[in-house]
Amino acid sequence: MHLLEGQGVTRQFGGLTAVSDVDFYVDQGEIVGLIGPNGAGKTTLFNLISAALKPKPGKIFYKERDITPLPAYKICRMGIARTFQTVKIFPNVPVLRNVMVGSLFGTGRRISSAEAQSKAEEALEFVELSSVKDLPAGDLTLAQQKRLELARALASDPELLLLDELMAGLTPTEVTEAMEAITQIRSRGVTVVMIEHVMQAIMKISDRIIVLDYGKKIAEGTPAEMAANPQVIEVYLGEECDA
Amino acid sequence: MKRTSPLSSRNISLALLGIVFVLLAILPQLTEAYIVVLLSDILKFIVLTVAWVIFAGPTGYISLASAAFYGVGLYTAAILNADMPFPLVVILAGVFCFIVALGVGALTLRLKGVYFTIFTFGLVQLLYYAVAEVERIATGKRGRFVSTENTETVYYAMFILTVLVLVTAVLIRRSRHGLALRSIGEYEQAAEHSGVNVIWTKVLVFAGSSVFMGMAGAIVATRRAYIDPGIAFDLNVTFMPVLMAILGGMTNLIGPVIGAAVFAYLGEFLLTRLPDLYMLVFGAVMVLAILFFPQGLWGLLAQGWSKLRGGRRAPA
Repeated sequence: MHLLEGQGVTRQFGGLTAVSDVDFYVDQGEIVGLIGPNGAGKTTLFNLISAALKPKPGKIFYKERDITPLPAYKICRMGIARTFQTVKIFPNVPVLRNVMVGSLFGTGRRISSAEAQSKAEEALEFVELSSVKDLPAGDLTLAQQKRLELARALASDPELLLLDELMAGLTPTEVTEAMEAITQIRSRGVTVVMIEHVMQAIMKISDRIIVLDYGKKIAEGTPAEMAANPQVIEVYLGEECDA
Repeated sequence: MKRTSPLSSRNISLALLGIVFVLLAILPQLTEAYIVVLLSDILKFIVLTVAWVIFAGPTGYISLASAAFYGVGLYTAAILNADMPFPLVVILAGVFCFIVALGVGALTLRLKGVYFTIFTFGLVQLLYYAVAEVERIATGKRGRFVSTENTETVYYAMFILTVLVLVTAVLIRRSRHGLALRSIGEYEQAAEHSGVNVIWTKVLVFAGSSVFMGMAGAIVATRRAYIDPGIAFDLNVTFMPVLMAILGGMTNLIGPVIGAAVFAYLGEFLLTRLPDLYMLVFGAVMVLAILFFPQGLWGLLAQGWSKLRGGRRAPA
């Protein structure tokens, strides 16, 4: 049984097919890398999984249950948390309260305020933001805001975590730290799907990589297989690029 | 850790608030009827403004439907007050408003920004014409007489309602629903993906806040003796609370209360002393206030206070 499975997932915007008939799966405990050139449909696929958008047509299953018709907040409560490519935080709300939104509402069970707060504090500890927990989130640097989003997602007790370009714009040291963090998250039993352009990172920590191009899945396999796949090389090196 | 000196601005505000409430509670015994009527009117605006702020403050959704709920309250009292005890009529007005607001909210709160605002504005007009037409067909008359209550009863009813709306506002702000509303106002999509049921939260709080508007309408009706659709669905009732909240300052609950009190009194003062220039002066004061005190009256007071105390509390 796959943890997450998509069948024929498709989504069009006007005349543009952003995601086209994609079949995919994610197994429990994996780190799956989702790569492809800009505009390949990676973020759209995340939006379809997290129900920001609905596939037309196509179905998405989580633990063998069809979650296609569910609203976004229920997807989160079922255990699928996400971060955003462009950070979406609550800028005028203190950092701790930002994370508490995840722990109060995202876990799918009734939780006391005290428990929600300790969960949020734990998540902030993990992303090393404890020292700024009383600041308004808008005062943080962009790198800190990305960690804040990660903490908010973790505070909702996810089993599957969707990370959309968590490492974009980070320094090499920060990239190494982020890789460390993702490996730790997996070791706690959380499955991770990550969109990333930082190649050395995704090649190093992914168990499996899915490659999208123009909305279609063009290849899938281990990092070593993908590095040797002529089609993937062509897409990334831009040979005979007609765009 | 925060210091809690007995002179902290929080304790001072609480003490002032206590004194104000005690004064308001014993006031009808001490003063003439005009003051009681004037205060009932000011309390009415406080109820309408705070009820509006409960929803609009954290979410940033500007509702212009206040007059619709207020009007439903007025008509509830006009139809029922002759045959039922007054408190029951007020409660029923709240129940009817809750039901109407649930329906309206479920329809409109999927709309964002200006679309929501325009729809709520349209609701007032819709009810105005619908009620006028129903009355024309059913009774053949434009208005209705309302079985009245005495000045003191109206005052105390409004006073109790004021306390209730303030307590509700404070409880919501401190509860998890307060955080949910805040997160919706800050970034609705992020709130939804963090597990907040944004539609239900918005609809429920919108409907809950409308209860107070309807109750205020029912209480006011029993003082007016006569109502018609023009009085019930008066757009001033929609716009005044919005202006009062903005002018008072919306960062906390004291701002809207001060805004409502000051501008309700100012309106009354101008209307009695300068009836010809009333709207002109009122408008000028509002423009100046928005230009020069963007944080509202409360922001101004808080700034003055922090200067007095040597600037230890930097204004946020």
